[in-house]
Amino acid sequence: MTDRNNAAAGELQQGLGRVWANLPGLGALAAVNHTTLGLRFMVTGAVFFLIGGLLAMLMRTQLALPEQEIIGAQLYNQFFTMHGTVMMFLFAIPILEGLAIYLIPKMIGARDLVFPRLTAFAYYCYLFGGLIILLSLVMGIAPDSGWFMYTPLSSAEFAPGPGSDFWLLGITFVEISAMATGVELTVSILRTRTAGMSLRSMPIFCWYILVMALMIVFGFPPLILASILLEIERAAGLPFFAVAGGGDPILWQHLFWLFGHPDVYIIFLPAAGVVSTLIPVFAGRPLVGYRWVVLSVITTGFISFGLWVHHMFTVGIPHLAQAFFSVASMLVAVPTAIQVFAWIATLWSGRVAWSLPLLWIMGFLVVFVCGGLTGVMLALVPFNWQVHDTHFVVAHMHYVMVGGMLFPVLAALYYWLPHLSGRMASQRLGYWGFWLFFIGFNMTFLLMHLTGLEGMPRRVYTYEAGLGWDGLNLLSSVGGFVMGGGVAMIIIDVALHYRFGRQAPANPWNADTLEWATSLPPAPYNFVSLPTLSSRHPLWDQPDLPESMAAGQHGLATMAHGRRETLGTDALHGKPREIIHLPTNSWLPLLGALALAVVCISLLLRAYPAALFGVALAAALFLRWSWENGVHLKAAPLADDEPDDLPLHSRSCDGPGLWGMVVSLLANGALYLSLLFAWFYLWTASPGWRVPDERAVALLPFLAAGALLSIVMALYHRAAIRAVQGDAEGLGTRLWQISALGVVHWGLLAWVLYDAALAPTELAHDAVLLVMLLYLLIHSALAVVLTVLQALRVGYGYVGARLPYELLVLRPFWIYTLGVFWLSFAAFLLLPMAWGGQ
Amino acid sequence: MTGGRITAPLAVFILGSSAGCGGPYSTLDPAGPAASAAAFLWWGMFGLFTLVLVFVVGLWLYAMRRDPDPAGGQDVGRVHRRLLVGGGLVLPMASILVLLAFGIPAGHMMLPLPPAEGEALRIDVRAHQWYWETHYPGTGVRLVDEVHMPAGVPVNVHLTSEDVIHSFWVPRLAGKLDAIPGHENVLRLRAYSPGIYRGQCAEFCGVGHAHMQFTVHVYTPEDFEAWLEAAQHDD
Repeated sequence: MTDRNNAAAGELQQGLGRVWANLPGLGALAAVNHTTLGLRFMVTGAVFFLIGGLLAMLMRTQLALPEQEIIGAQLYNQFFTMHGTVMMFLFAIPILEGLAIYLIPKMIGARDLVFPRLTAFAYYCYLFGGLIILLSLVMGIAPDSGWFMYTPLSSAEFAPGPGSDFWLLGITFVEISAMATGVELTVSILRTRTAGMSLRSMPIFCWYILVMALMIVFGFPPLILASILLEIERAAGLPFFAVAGGGDPILWQHLFWLFGHPDVYIIFLPAAGVVSTLIPVFAGRPLVGYRWVVLSVITTGFISFGLWVHHMFTVGIPHLAQAFFSVASMLVAVPTAIQVFAWIATLWSGRVAWSLPLLWIMGFLVVFVCGGLTGVMLALVPFNWQVHDTHFVVAHMHYVMVGGMLFPVLAALYYWLPHLSGRMASQRLGYWGFWLFFIGFNMTFLLMHLTGLEGMPRRVYTYEAGLGWDGLNLLSSVGGFVMGGGVAMIIIDVALHYRFGRQAPANPWNADTLEWATSLPPAPYNFVSLPTLSSRHPLWDQPDLPESMAAGQHGLATMAHGRRETLGTDALHGKPREIIHLPTNSWLPLLGALALAVVCISLLLRAYPAALFGVALAAALFLRWSWENGVHLKAAPLADDEPDDLPLHSRSCDGPGLWGMVVSLLANGALYLSLLFAWFYLWTASPGWRVPDERAVALLPFLAAGALLSIVMALYHRAAIRAVQGDAEGLGTRLWQISALGVVHWGLLAWVLYDAALAPTELAHDAVLLVMLLYLLIHSALAVVLTVLQALRVGYGYVGARLPYELLVLRPFWIYTLGVFWLSFAAFLLLPMAWGGQ
Repeated sequence: MTGGRITAPLAVFILGSSAGCGGPYSTLDPAGPAASAAAFLWWGMFGLFTLVLVFVVGLWLYAMRRDPDPAGGQDVGRVHRRLLVGGGLVLPMASILVLLAFGIPAGHMMLPLPPAEGEALRIDVRAHQWYWETHYPGTGVRLVDEVHMPAGVPVNVHLTSEDVIHSFWVPRLAGKLDAIPGHENVLRLRAYSPGIYRGQCAEFCGVGHAHMQFTVHVYTPEDFEAWLEAAQHDD
């Protein structure tokens, strides 16, 4: 009996292994599996960390003694710009995304993330964007205006070289990757938790990642918009940030920090999630105050969007606003303190098992609390005016970022290393690594507080002797090298453990979460069968769960269909709703990212025809990508033996695609809101703002285009509803008609733009209007193209009465397009008229 | 033993080189009311937060080392609540209130509000890559990389920039304020006594940023009038 069961389980595992395997050899580049890609993200991030660290060592060498000229000012400016850029954009965020990509499906009992091709695409965007930025450093033409890229220092006039373009285009490329990951993690966490895992019983780490993912969705668009505007200003002379044309350099700072401050928490929260995950494991008891912690994390997410001005206290913002942002910045200490004391309370009543990961968490506590406290100091405006832009802030920022992110990440490395490799790391080298790093870090940065208080500004490549900064700088440099020694020790430790580490036992730390129910290292499908859970600590409450899962005694333990599948559940309670079929290995993500790389490089070279070609190529590849969905032969073709208890998601009305669409539109909405912010900011605060005497945009054709769009949207809505009700009679024809009307609407809108008397290179006012009109045109065009695609799919039998899903996925895009159209009408045309400007 | 032999001279070296926080750019050696207030805030916050840090880390270490209560102790829930409410809510809120109680008056005092008697002296400073251009309105006096002002009276420095963003900072007198193209910001300076104070650009402004320094010459009011008179005739 058991033998037969074992044989069946073995067969199942083999079958799953075949379906889920990456392609051999170079085919590995077509991999879409989250375990593979999570690892690639993390390894790439680690390499970028070493590059960023190397730049830091060079800078510390230059600053070790006064009046040195080892590295000149020019190179030093490139180095500190690249150090910040690499560490923030190419190391911190991607490596945490990689950690989440690797862990989240395993923690929530899923077999993969919900949009596997998007994972691969995100990785390639990150890799190519990072390489393009790195290329500028190798060529000696790296950006040198600081990682914050303040205008006008980064504008064409004061940074005529290609450095700024590398930054703006490369970082935007990398941000596509972050946005994709943000959308994917949000939908995965909400819709693919295993049966019975309600939001309230989700592992705490998933809450942190959910909030981080949503923060990416809302936090990155302001910077993406700012980068696009600045690149347009540099390339075509539209004066968004130039005072002469009515723009304002401070607009850049608002948009940058509107992203930049949430970004700090985007980096901190997942790391804090690691701490909240590890402490209960090492204390051997559940996290105290789970609900308090969840609420704090959500609160942190909200507050972090209201703090950005605290980077700008010396800009001359109105004092009342400064007071508001000062208090808000201090208040963020409250949710952080709640987490710290929840950890203390957990340790308080647990029996603590000492270990290397816990030592890193201990280091995190000391360093991060210290950084948090200096953060509260900096939030106090009168003190901020003194130490802003000095080495005090450099010290504070490294205490927060290294303390709040790198220490927990290294704790995570040692904690999950057995999961990656199936082996345990050595203890001795690990301890050496920790102590060298900890001592070196504090030596470098604790002293740097004093350097700053003694008046040393940031971003100076050298300093006079005898100002009281000499000894402090030397010690900081020595400390930096000690820290470097610590990093080397850790690398050696990790490298050696693959060869000499002893085999890890199952669940080596006696953890409570599902990721330890996989084999070590994990199979690409994670779990043979997906359990129904009733507890927040499945492995503590059901110690035999890993075995029964591996034996295929739970859900989705069938292989006959040959599809990659995971369970789709209700967002709130985790009730099973559908079976999500996932795409298999695909070259499209790589090709799509390559096409975008062509766009990026062409824009850098100002070869606009080539850029247009790249855009067309990318669009074609993405359409092909979306073509291979639903009942397409490469996805899940209709069969006689369709599962009848749970439908496949492409046969349902509420699959993950719909959720992905809605979350992407939230991100898109954040981008649009940033544009609205820019518009209103310039109207109210730009010193040289000028409004042309004549209204440039003709109202009547614009209104006609809007009326037509409203009709198109209504028709589309009705067609979709009728298909859901099972009436697909003439659906294809209707979609073609809708597309045709959409084309007419687009033509009208294009005529409005063509006819508009805009002077976008002379007036910021007209430049913003131009961007708004282009935004609307792009959305209308996209809506029409996607509707044409639906019409074609009706012809192929991929969409119809039984298969209305894709129509429903597209519907929010139409609603959004209509929404921004009328909002634009109100904000860009009506309101200024009421204002009396026109 | 060797450790001691190395660290001792090192400590002397640091103390000697930082010379009791008294460098020419040191915010901890204030020479004007605004810088004094900031230094006072620093020392106060440093003291308070050192206590907080020691308390939190100490509590953490104790929590790790103590033996857990026997299972099901009724007090556990109460201890947890106390930790969460006391440490998570009360401690940060109370610290913030203390900070604001001292910080708000200090900040208010630094603003360029109209003085109780008389008027503040106006000086216009225009930042360039990479020098400072100083004007005394109504006098035609123009200086480069120098600001001359009287001691004991409020001075309003009107800041703007001709190219990129710079930041005007005389650490011993007051905090910094950005000089931004198209904008005018007003920084209140006041020095206790005559002397020469050093200033520098604090906002990264390109290749010459590290060398964009200036000096502030502070006179007695009488000497300042005499200097201004002489400077007008020099032209």
